[in-house]
Amino acid sequence: MTDRMLRIRNLDAGYGKLRVLKNISLHVKSGEIVAMIGANGAGKSTLLHTIIGLIRPMSGEISFLGQACDRAAVGRIVASGCALVPEGRQVFASMSVEENLLLGGYVLQKEKGRAAVQEELARQYLLFPRLKERRRQLAGTLSGGEQQMLAMARALMSRPKLVMMDEPSTGLAPLIIRDIFKIIRQLREEGNTVLLVEQNARAALTIADRGYVLEVGKIIVQGPATDLLANSDVQRAYLGREKIE
Amino acid sequence: MYWEPERECMTREDLEQLQLERLQSTLYRVGTNVPFYKKRFEQLKFNYDDIRSLDDLRRLPFTEKQDLRDNYPYGLFAVPLRDVVRLHSSSGTSGQATVVGYTSNDIRTWSNLVARVATAAGVTKNDVIQIAFGYGLFTGGFGLHYGAELIGASVIPISSGNTRRQIQIMQDFKTTALVCTPSYALVMADTMMEMGINPNGLALRYGLFGGEPWSEAMRREINQKLGILATDNYGLSEVMGPGVSGECQECDGLHINEDHFLVEILDPDTLEPVPEGEVGELVITTLTKEAFPMVRYRTRDLTRFIPEPCPCGRTMRRMQRVIGRSDDMLIIKGVNIFPVQIEKVLFEIEGTEPHYQIIIERENHADKMTVLVEVTESIFFDEMKKQRQMIEFIKSRLAAEVGVHVDVKLVEEKTLERSEGKAKRVFDKRKL
Repeated sequence: MTDRMLRIRNLDAGYGKLRVLKNISLHVKSGEIVAMIGANGAGKSTLLHTIIGLIRPMSGEISFLGQACDRAAVGRIVASGCALVPEGRQVFASMSVEENLLLGGYVLQKEKGRAAVQEELARQYLLFPRLKERRRQLAGTLSGGEQQMLAMARALMSRPKLVMMDEPSTGLAPLIIRDIFKIIRQLREEGNTVLLVEQNARAALTIADRGYVLEVGKIIVQGPATDLLANSDVQRAYLGREKIE
Repeated sequence: MYWEPERECMTREDLEQLQLERLQSTLYRVGTNVPFYKKRFEQLKFNYDDIRSLDDLRRLPFTEKQDLRDNYPYGLFAVPLRDVVRLHSSSGTSGQATVVGYTSNDIRTWSNLVARVATAAGVTKNDVIQIAFGYGLFTGGFGLHYGAELIGASVIPISSGNTRRQIQIMQDFKTTALVCTPSYALVMADTMMEMGINPNGLALRYGLFGGEPWSEAMRREINQKLGILATDNYGLSEVMGPGVSGECQECDGLHINEDHFLVEILDPDTLEPVPEGEVGELVITTLTKEAFPMVRYRTRDLTRFIPEPCPCGRTMRRMQRVIGRSDDMLIIKGVNIFPVQIEKVLFEIEGTEPHYQIIIERENHADKMTVLVEVTESIFFDEMKKQRQMIEFIKSRLAAEVGVHVDVKLVEEKTLERSEGKAKRVFDKRKL
């Protein structure tokens, strides 16, 4: 059966006259973790912002679950099942953990009512016990890792079909990064689909099924994650293998 | 049985998305890493962003066998040699040879695609597979070897030749699947008869054949004589080796591994696509090769797409078995030979005239090539000994040039037919 979770063809996008993404084609199938690898400024965040509808594409097609969404508003895209965990967490610092989560459940409450939100909240507390312990605490007082968990749980509150994560490892200690990636893998095991944007190529490719490498707005390599880990260009540029030339 | 059902049975829509993604990144990589393509793309003012659909590939020029020779040995490699883990060479001699390379990912891809083809032909991990293709620079032996091993079959890397020993081992090791050229399969069948071995008493069940053109009649003969299911598989070293396409057990055309190879079938004269289902030249663009990517490689092999869906459930399009060549290349015992190579040798030998004919026959299932050469009168009227010496000399020179044994016959001046247009020099009398 044709899997139309996310499909992008020949996407050009950017800011004003600046073309950041150049002729990007990619796809995500349900149940996959797809990693988007690239250095700072490669266009990774621009890509996620274009998919979620914050930036209008200059040209090209984006379809989500078989529906063209390159001209849709953010609200409609989120309501159709696409959620973004933004870079730098962006939690609401002066609100409690639980209030942050309830905000994430806004779409769900509108569609399925309060009971569904409570059910989802319980599920998130099961997945992130730390957040349950700190449910009454202000989000701004959480550690970096806890804030990342909160941002993920908040996105999951909308019961998304596709979760997009923008640099979840940024600014976190290695041990915490390991926890975060463990949770991402767990999300997939529970049937979620993840598009993971990362600078930490090794960590991302280790848990991903497939990957794309973005360099100055172009996809230069793509393929199964195991192949990318073994690809010498990827190794030299992103996995810290010694450069010989 | 499928090896990778999620790929082999993927929908057209999914396949085309994947092909486009892979094509876009392949063209970017070859344009950046291979000077030959970089120069070409610059001359054309070709912009990678112009590739917005699979059809846009047609804006790019072809890669010819000559381009491979001109860039001998490593000019077309897209990775530095330290990332290459294997080198193969296509048949040909020093002046004509071409070299192809593989990264470790390429070897993995290659093994996987051969595993697909072998699985489609019936091979499982329970099989004992005898690989009677030549090992060495030729891609046939190693290609099948790695694929069969990946499936988990027990591989006998016997290589080609020594037919009686092949049969002895086939009997003793209880071989269930045989890999060789179709003509060699028939040689084996005949040798079994001579040895008084009944093929029906063997464990042999499947035959995976390739490396030369063959026919349905020949398949029937092989199936009957060896009591097996014979399938055809196709590949060429310039593109990868075996694993480009292969038949399933329906035995009605070869499924092309389209997620790794973008294929076009073009009219060899106009170089425009032929109508769906009509015969033309196969042109291949690799979509995943790292070390040696090819953009629109002209295989010179003639085939056609079989547009109807296959009952086996695979969605990968089928090509008919190769039915000929769009150039004058001859395949003798699996070795590629061009008439121009023969010509070159004859020109260098004093006393021969630039008139010759190449006769190809199949005797006892083995290809036999005879070259008829006109010689100047002075030689012909001389003593027999000199004639024999001359024949032996030409034979050895030809064998050194083309790599297979060639018979030579001297004929008197002006006895070979002259034609007014393009000389017809090759007479292929093989009945396939």
